[in-house]
Amino acid sequence: MSHSTTDRLVYMANQIATFFASQPHAAAIAGTREHIEKFWDPRMRTKIAEHIAAGGEGLSPIAREALEGLAPVKAA
Amino acid sequence: MSLIHEIDYGTPVSKSEKLVSVVIDGMTIKVPEGTSIMRAAMEAGNQIPKLCATDMLEAFGSCRLCLVEIEGRAGTPASCTTPVMDGMVVKTQTERLKQIRKGVMELYISDHPLDCLTCSANGDCELQDMAGVVGLREVRYGYEGENHIKMGKDESNPYFTYEKSKCIVCNRCVRACEEVQGTFALTISGRGFGSRVSPGMDESFLSSECVSCGACVQACPTATLNEKAMFDIGTPEHSLVTTCAYCGVGCTFKAEMRGDELVRMVPYKDGKANRGHSCVKGRFAYGYATHKDRILKPMIRASIHEPWKEVSYEEAITYAASEFKRIQATYGRRSVGGITSSRCTNEETYLVQKLIRGAFGNNNVDTCARVCHSPTGYGLSQTYGTSAGTQDFDSVEDSDVILVIGANPTDGHPVFGSRMKKRLREGAKLIVVDPRKIDLVRTPHVAADYHLPLRPGTNVAIVTALAHVIVTEGLVNEQFVRERCDWAEFQDWAAFVSDARHSPEAVQKYTGVDPALVRGAARLYATGGNGAIYYGLGVTEHSQGSTTVMAIANLAMATGNVGRRGVGVNPLRGQNNVQGSCDMGSFPHELPGYRHISDAATRASFEALWGVTLDDEPGLRIPNMFDAAVDGTFKGMYVQGEDILQSDPDTKHVSAGLGALECLVVQDLFLNETANYAHVFLPGCSFLEKDGTFTNAERRIQRVRKVMAPKNGYADWEVTMMLAEALGYKMDYAHPSEIMDEIARLTPTFTGVSYTKLDEMGSVQWPCNEKAPEGTPIMHIGGFVRGKGKFILTEYVPTDERTGPRFPLLLTTGRILSQYNVGAQTRRTANVAWHAEDVLEIHPHDAENRGIRDGDFVRLESRAGSTSLRAVISERVSPGVVYTTFHHPVTQANVVTTEFSDWATNCPEYKVTAVQVAPSNGPSAWQEEYEKLSRESRRIAEAAE
Ligand code: SF4
Ligand code: SF4
Ligand code: SF4
Ligand code: FES
Repeated sequence: MSHSTTDRLVYMANQIATFFASQPHAAAIAGTREHIEKFWDPRMRTKIAEHIAAGGEGLSPIAREALEGLAPVKAA
Repeated sequence: MSLIHEIDYGTPVSKSEKLVSVVIDGMTIKVPEGTSIMRAAMEAGNQIPKLCATDMLEAFGSCRLCLVEIEGRAGTPASCTTPVMDGMVVKTQTERLKQIRKGVMELYISDHPLDCLTCSANGDCELQDMAGVVGLREVRYGYEGENHIKMGKDESNPYFTYEKSKCIVCNRCVRACEEVQGTFALTISGRGFGSRVSPGMDESFLSSECVSCGACVQACPTATLNEKAMFDIGTPEHSLVTTCAYCGVGCTFKAEMRGDELVRMVPYKDGKANRGHSCVKGRFAYGYATHKDRILKPMIRASIHEPWKEVSYEEAITYAASEFKRIQATYGRRSVGGITSSRCTNEETYLVQKLIRGAFGNNNVDTCARVCHSPTGYGLSQTYGTSAGTQDFDSVEDSDVILVIGANPTDGHPVFGSRMKKRLREGAKLIVVDPRKIDLVRTPHVAADYHLPLRPGTNVAIVTALAHVIVTEGLVNEQFVRERCDWAEFQDWAAFVSDARHSPEAVQKYTGVDPALVRGAARLYATGGNGAIYYGLGVTEHSQGSTTVMAIANLAMATGNVGRRGVGVNPLRGQNNVQGSCDMGSFPHELPGYRHISDAATRASFEALWGVTLDDEPGLRIPNMFDAAVDGTFKGMYVQGEDILQSDPDTKHVSAGLGALECLVVQDLFLNETANYAHVFLPGCSFLEKDGTFTNAERRIQRVRKVMAPKNGYADWEVTMMLAEALGYKMDYAHPSEIMDEIARLTPTFTGVSYTKLDEMGSVQWPCNEKAPEGTPIMHIGGFVRGKGKFILTEYVPTDERTGPRFPLLLTTGRILSQYNVGAQTRRTANVAWHAEDVLEIHPHDAENRGIRDGDFVRLESRAGSTSLRAVISERVSPGVVYTTFHHPVTQANVVTTEFSDWATNCPEYKVTAVQVAPSNGPSAWQEEYEKLSRESRRIAEAAE
C-alpha cells in the first residue's frame, strides 16, 4: 500500500465495507456510509468524494455504493 | 500532616456472613465466623502482641508471641491461628502470658544486633515495638554464644537490602511472595538455628526469580528487608494517599515523605484496585521525577535545526499562541489540533480537549488510546452500549474459568496478574489464547488448562470458532439470551457462527491451533461456572481489532457471562489513565461521556457552559493527522505528555508528518523523541507534583495528590490554562476540583462525582449519578446499557500483512514488567537493571536456519524499515514468530511496524508485521541517521548573561 492519502482512504473505505459485507446488502451500505460519516473528518470525506467523482478506482462495490450516497460535506 | 498508620488486624478478614459473639478481656464483640481471636481483639481495639502475623497473609503461628488463654481450654493457644467460636471467653493479658511473651522476646533479642539507634528501621520496626509491648527490659543471655550477628548484606536489588543478621525467621516474606505476589521466589533454607531466608537456590535477589514487587519488604517486621531509601534519607514523617501513574491497574499508595523528599511509596491496603499490593514500577520506580534529564524551563526555537533557547513561560506561551493563530489565519480553522495524554489526569485531559474544541474551534483532538484500546471503546459500545469493561477487579475472586486473550497480565498489569494467580491457585480454570507462551501458561502452582498458541492476526477466527462450538454443541445459555439480548439478531449470529467454515477444524489452516484444543476450551468456558474474559492489546492492535472485541462480547452474551460478579468482559487497559482520557472526550468524534459531536443537544449544553460555538464535524484521528500533515493541510499541533514518534507505528511516516508541521508544541517531563521535531517545549510535571484524578481499567476514579511543589513551576493543567488564555479563550479554575465539578455538570455518567465524594469513599466507579450515587462496580446487571445486547457478525478477514519469501516471519510486539511503554520514565530509574535493551525473541529453529546465536546482533527488517537489536533464542515464541518490546528509542521497534490499522478505529496493527531477521554487525542506516538528528535536535543554547 502506498503512502498517498487517497490510496489510504480507499484502503480504509474498503476495510470498513468488508466488515459490513457479512450483513444484508442494504444494511451493509448503510453501515459503511454511516461509519464514514461518523468518524471521518470533512477533509477525508471531501477527498474520497473527489475520488468517487474521478471514477472511484480501487473501491470495492459496497464501499463505492456507500460513498456514492455520502452526505455532501459542508463548507468549514 | 502526619504519617498515615494503617491498622494491622493480624489476619485477613473472614468472608462469612454469619456472626458469632465472643468475650475478649471482658468485652463482648460480634465478628464473622472464621475470624481469628487476634483479629476480633483488634477490631475491639485490643492489640495482642504478634510478630509472624500480618493481615495481608494467612496466619502461620510460628512466633508464639500472640498466645492467649481461653476459658475451659488448657494451654495457651496462638490467637492468630485460633478462630473465635460463639460464646468463647478469652483473656489476652495474664501473668502467665506476660512471662511467656517476655521469654519469647528475650530469645529473639539475644540473637539480634542491638544497633537500633543506627538501624534504618529505627522507629519502624515491629521487633522493637514488641520488645516494648511485652515489657522486655533485660536480656539474660549474652551475645557470646553462637549468633548470626556478623552475617553479610545482599544489596544486589537496586531498591532494597537483605540484611540476614536481622532476620527473625518469621516467614512473613516467604508467605508474602507466595500468597500476595505468587512468585514463590523465597524459601527458608537450613534448619533450626541455621535457618535463614533465601531467594531461590541461595542466589542473590537480583539473579533470582524475584520480580521486585516489594511485598516481602512490606511484610518484613524488622530491618532485614528494607528500602535503600530508608538508609539514604531516613524514616518518613508524613504521608498522603495517591495513585500510581504507571499502568491501568491504578494501585493506591501512601507517598511517605520527609519534608518535600519522597522516601518511599507504600501500597495502601484500602486501595480497592490493589488491596495493599504493588509492582516494581509503582513501588520503586519513581526516581525519574527528580532525574537530571527533566526539563524545567520552557524553550522555543524557530526551526528544529536550531538549538533550543530557554525563555519565560510568558514568552513561550505567547509565541505558541501567535503561531497557532498565524497558522489558522493562513491555512484555516482546521489546520491545527492536539493530543491529550493518557498519563495526565482526567482534569488535564479534559482541559486540553476543551482548549482544542473551544480555542482552536475544531475537533482535531485525539489521544494515545487511539493506538491501544480504541477498538474496545467501539466494540463494546456497539454490543453493550458502554465503552468500558464490565467488572471491578475484585470480581475475579468469584471467577471459575478465566479466559485470557492477547494479554500478559503478569508483565503488563502485574498487580492484577497477582490477584488473578491467587484465584487460579484456589482452583479456577485457565484458558490462554496467545501466540506466545506467556508466564501465566506455566508459573508456580498455576498451569493453563488450555493454551491456544494461535498465529498472530487470527483472533477473529479463533474466537468465532469458540462460538461455533458453543452454538453447535448446544452450550448457549438460551434463557439469558432470550431475556437480555435481541433474539432475532442472536439467531442470525447463531446461524452465521454455525457454518462449517467457522469450525475449529476449518480455521486451523489460518490459526495453526489444534481443533481439539479449541473445542475443549469452548466447552470449558461455556460450562465451567462463572466465565470471565480478560483481554489486552493482543486483541485490539490488529486490522480486525474492533471485530475481535465484538466477537468476545458475543461469546460472553451467548454463555450468559455478563451482569454479575465473577464474569464479564474486561479490557486490561495499558496506561494509568487511558480509560479516563477516553471518558474525557479525547476522541475527535465525541464529547466527554462518549456523545457524538453531531448531536445538537449535547453540543448545546457544552456551548452554553463554555461560551463558544462548537464545530459539529468530527476531527482528525492521530494517523489521519500525520497524513494531513504530509499533504500540507495540517500544520500545528499541541501534544501533552505523549511520545508519538516512539510509540506510534511506521516511524518514518510519523517523522515525515511531524517534520512537516510549522508549529509543534510539546509538553513533557523530558525532551522525548517527539520533541526532536518541536518548536516550543513546555515543561511538564510529575504525578507527585499535582492534584487530580486517574480512572483505571475498572472505571475507578481515584485521587492523585500533590506531595511536592511542581519542579517546573506549574502543574500541567495550569500551563494549558495559560495557553488557552493566550489564544483568547479564558479558562478560570483555581483547583482541579473545580474542573471535576464542571465535568460532573456536563457528563451524565459523572454527575455524582466530586472531590468531596472521592475523599469520603476513597474512589468511585462510574457511572456515578442519581441512579448510582455510590458508583457502579459491575455493569449491565439486569439489562444492558444499550437495552438489548446486540450480537454482531464477525467474519474473519486475514490481514493484508502477509508473510512471503522476502519477509517470512511474523513480528509481534509487547512489553515487559520492569519497563513502561516508551520507557521515558522507567529507563530513567534503576529498573534498567532488569531490562537494559530491547531484544528479539526468536525460536531455535528460525535462529539456526539463519545462523543466529543467542546474544548476536541481528537486523530486523520489514517493508516499512529496519532496525538492529540483540537476539535471544527462546521457545516462548512459536516457529515463524518473533517478538520484541518497544521500550528503548535506540531500537525503535516501530520503524519496522506498518501503517495497517483497525478497520473501525485506525488503531495500528502493532501485533502483526511480516519481517526478515538476519545477522548484522551494527545499527541500521535509519538508526544512525536518527541518532544524528536527536543529538542535533536536543542542543540547548547557553543562556546569554
Ligand atoms: S520482592 Fe516480591 S517477588 Fe521479590 S522476593 Fe519479595 S515478594 Fe517475592
Ligand atoms: S526477612 Fe523479615 S519477613 Fe523474612 S523471615 Fe526474616 S524477619 Fe521475617
Ligand atoms: S500494577 Fe500498575 S498501577 Fe500497580 S504499581 Fe504496578 S504499574 Fe503501578
Ligand atoms: S503472631 Fe501468632 S504465632 Fe506469631
